[in-house]
This record gives sequence, C-alpha cells and structure tokens, in this order.
Amino acid sequence: MGELRLMKGNEVIAEAAIRCGCDAYFGYPITPQSEVMETLMDREPWNETGMVVLQAESEIASIHMIYGAAASGKKVITSSSSPGISLMAEGISYIAGAELPCVIVNVSRGGPGLGTIQPSQADYFQSTKGGGHGDYRLIVLAPSSVQETNDFVELGFKLAFKYRNPAMILTDGVIGQMMEKVVLADYIPRLTDEEINEKYGSWATNGRKANRQRNIITSLEMDSVKMENNNLRFQEKFAQMEEEDVMFEEIQCEDADYLLVAFGSSSRICQKAVDLAREKGIKVGLLRPITLFPFPKKPIAVLAKKVKGILVVEMNAGQMVEDVQLAAGCAIPVKHFGRMGGVIPSPGEVVAALEQKLIGG
Amino acid sequence: MELKDIINPNNLVYEKPKLITENTMHYCPGCSHGVIHKLLAEVIEDLGIQDKTIGVSPVGCAVFAYNYLDVDWQEAAHGRAPAVATGIARTNPDKVVFTYQGDGDLASIGTAEILHACNRGENMVVIFVNNGIYGMTGGQMAPTTLIGQVTATTPNGRDVGRNGYPLKITELIAQLPGTSYVTRQSVHTPATIRKCKKAIAKAFQAALDKKGTSFVEVVSTCNMNWKMTPVKANEWMVENMFPFYVLGDLKDSSKTDPASYTPLKN
Repeated sequence: MGELRLMKGNEVIAEAAIRCGCDAYFGYPITPQSEVMETLMDREPWNETGMVVLQAESEIASIHMIYGAAASGKKVITSSSSPGISLMAEGISYIAGAELPCVIVNVSRGGPGLGTIQPSQADYFQSTKGGGHGDYRLIVLAPSSVQETNDFVELGFKLAFKYRNPAMILTDGVIGQMMEKVVLADYIPRLTDEEINEKYGSWATNGRKANRQRNIITSLEMDSVKMENNNLRFQEKFAQMEEEDVMFEEIQCEDADYLLVAFGSSSRICQKAVDLAREKGIKVGLLRPITLFPFPKKPIAVLAKKVKGILVVEMNAGQMVEDVQLAAGCAIPVKHFGRMGGVIPSPGEVVAALEQKLIGG
Repeated sequence: MELKDIINPNNLVYEKPKLITENTMHYCPGCSHGVIHKLLAEVIEDLGIQDKTIGVSPVGCAVFAYNYLDVDWQEAAHGRAPAVATGIARTNPDKVVFTYQGDGDLASIGTAEILHACNRGENMVVIFVNNGIYGMTGGQMAPTTLIGQVTATTPNGRDVGRNGYPLKITELIAQLPGTSYVTRQSVHTPATIRKCKKAIAKAFQAALDKKGTSFVEVVSTCNMNWKMTPVKANEWMVENMFPFYVLGDLKDSSKTDPASYTPLKN
C-alpha cells in the first residue's frame, strides 16, 4: 500500500504529476486552483525527478508550451480554471488536431465571464463537446474525491497516450479545495530520451535522427480530402473510446424506482440524497459518470428501462441532462435540477426536487 | 568540349544545401523566404546539428517552412511559436530550438509570447522576417507597416491617427536581459546574404552555448503584396524600410559582457 496522506485536491494533482513521471508542468495562476503550481514550486521536483515547472505569462502561453513539449514526446500537464480554460481553447484544439497527448486539469468555477471563484459544473459543455474550434473531443475524467483526483492524473496520461489525444480532468472548487485522505501512487521514473525514441520515435519531434525521416507535428492540411481523412481518423478514435474506455459507478441502482445521475462533487451530494430518499421510502439509485466523454450511454439506457424517471443533478443550468436524455430515450421523464453561480445544492434540496419534478405531490 | 565535360563535379561551384528538401517551394517569385530558408539550412548543416534541431513554424507565409528544411518541425498557432519553443527547449535542454516568424505573427498577435520568452531568456533562436505586410492573407497592414504605406486595409496609406505607429519590436527585444544577441539583417544583395548567414550562424552558436535568446530580424520584401517587381521591391525596401528599420547589431552581449547572461535553470 502506498503512502497515506491528508491532502487538498489541488495539492494532490501536483504530487501525482511528480510521482507519475511527468516531464513538465506549465501554468498560470487562477483561483481556485493556484495550489497546483504553488505545491509544485514548493516541492522543487526539478531536484528530485528532473520535472520542469514553469509559470507562464498567460494560459495561452501555457497551453502552447504544453503543445511544444508534448510534440517532443514528453509527458506534460497543465491546470487552470474556467476562464483560463477558455483562453486555452485555441491551443487545445491545435493539440487535438495535431494528435498530441497531454493532461489538462480544469478546477472549474462559476461563469459566464469572470463569474465567481465558487465551484460550478457549468463547463460540462465546453469540456465534453470540444470547447475550441473544429470536430474534436477530449477524454474527460470527472473525479468525485481527492483519491480519484490523484488516480486520474496517471489514468489521464494513459488514455492520452493510448489515443494521442488530450485528456481533461474536470473537477471543481469543492474537490480542489477540500481535504481528504489519499493513498499516493508509487514513483514512476520519467522516460529517458532513448525510451522516448523507442516508444514515440514515429512522431515525436525531438531531433531528426539518422535512422528516420524528419517528424512534423502540425494540424494543417490544405488538401480537403486528406483533411477529411484526418477527421475520419479522429472520429474512429472517439468511437473506440466509447467502446473501450467508458467508466461509471452505480450506487444502489439494483432496486431503484428513480435514478439520479450526477458527476463530480454533485455526485457526492447525491449519495447523501439517495440515503435521505430511502429513509423516506423512495427507492432511489445513483449513476455517476466517471468519464464524461466517452459518456456512459449504455448503462443509462439499461437503467432507463427499469426506473420510472431520472433526475440529473448538476451545478449548472442543465448541460449533462441533454446527454442523459439522448441516452435514456423518450419512454420516461428525464428532468434536471441544478444550482448555479457557485451555489452548492444540499441533499435535502435534491430529494425535494426529485419529489416535485418526478414523483409529484 | 561536350556537355558532360561541363556538368562535372570538379566544376561544381554551388549546390543546394543538403538540408533543403526536394519539395517545390510555394513562395512567390522574388520572395525573401527562400533565401532565408537556404541560409538556415546551410548554418544547421555547417554546425552539424541536424539531429538536435527542432524548428517551429508560424502562421503566415512561412507556415509550410516544415516542407523545405530536413529537420524536425512543429507548426505553431498564430503568434504562439515562442511559447511552443519554450515547451520544447525547457524539456529538451540539449536540443537547439528555433522559431521562424513573420511580422504579423511575432509583432502583433504574438507580442506577449515573444516578449516573455525573450525576457525569460529561453534558450532558442528567433528568425523574424519583417516585410511590413501580411502576406498569406493578401496584403493587409502589419504592425511594422510604415507610415503612409499602402496595404489592403490601409488603401490610402497607413495613417497614424487611425492606425497608430509602426512597431520597432526588435528595439524592445534588445532591451530585455534574457536576450544575448539581437541583430537586424537583410538578404537583398550577395553581400547582405553573406552577412545575414554569419548572423544566423552566430545566433545558433549562442543557442548551442546556452546563452539565452538570440534574435535575428531579416528586413524583407513582399513584392507580390507591395505590388512591385522583385527588383523594384528591393529598391523600395532600401529607400523606405532601411531608414526606419536600421540594419546592424542592436545587442551583442558576447562583445560587451560575456558574463551578463545567467543561464536558465530547468
């Protein structure tokens, strides 16, 4: 068993990045995630593992630093919060278009605009539907605990390298700021240049070797037929993700008459709401999507045939509810309950919404 | 004398640099990019650093630079080449990274990235091609367009009241402590081409010596969008651009203070 610690969600991102053999972090301060870079700078991983940590001049620069380092075959991570992710959208689209692996953490806050520094889940659309220009998807992992935040850093890299596609950890100010016990991972050494050549030599731009052609990393293709083929290849990857890498958790769904669907911090609130509802005699289950893309369509479709109605609980105006409606079909009502602007719903509010919107009376 | 006696390796006085690929260049006849590409290829070959050089191409006419030089390349978003190069250089400190950027890319949309990369003293070479106009998009005003210069978006000439002043970004860059060598060159005559090659070689040597950022501006022509013949464009550049963008070294810390630059910590 690994080392047990009491840590904040934001701190554990830094610790997990160091331990999983990350080559670099590039970022820019923004609340509520600044502890990520602060922890890294305090840990001085350049002395320990050789990991580079750089405070960039903007989120725009951060994500393009990620592009450059990722394109040379390095394992790189950045973090930000909602307005900063909007600034990164250009670079994320380029990274997806150039098929580069990296991990991007969004400790999301309320919007739109400068919004609020309080937690929110209003970036669901931005995270799962692309966010920048063009047809691309991110692999989106939504942790609901500090432990999962830790685990998803390495998982994010595994998936990002499997598909050569950026992975996002979509968390929020609740999970980023709260402290929980966490079992840290063991250290994985950073790859050597030789190992990078061996594993990623077919594409990594780390200097043209005598034994290979030059590598070119670009998202540009002027021939529209070739560009369409690039897009078809991307779509194949996204379809493969939906086949192989969907993750979700079902809680008390076996006998459920009603189903809650919630991710991240909302799912923690809904776990309590399930208990409260069951105390009142309402058989409620919870389905927690862990990967928001690929979305757990199939388990929702299966449960939609068993329950009388679904309540999607999100800290936004109703975003994931659209995906749940698509997955569930039209046979049963699928309703949304949400709070916005940084307000966190209570379990009691969730039960009340369930009674009002689905059960009636 | 027969043809085979003339086409004979012993008579060879000039050949294409080995690092220039066989791809047909897309540049317009008379464009300066081809010459600058050739100089880069020669310098990289002369220094024997093909296996450790990574180029970053911009958005603009040189977006396809990666088709022409036989080194590893990354194509950056508009203006972000210095950030991309930072990412490469920081994680590959034993490699030589250069950006190749035009005036719109470097001095307009990418102003923040170039100033901060130079100010941090990222160990890299910047080739800045300044022809005072947006080439690829069809001849719009650039940050370096001269006062009175006619472009597609300044059809009556650049007006200071409406468009502000041309930006001497190289003078700004030269003031930043992270830069060790900042120079302004041109490639319009054989003599200036030779001089420019020396400057590019010096910049790459500085990167090999880990002396921070080296910055080579090449004042260039865009005869197509200037709507001139190549010869006339060269004359116009000499008459109009050189008085404002004065050629020569703006900073050479190897001459002034070899110890002035503190290498970056990774």
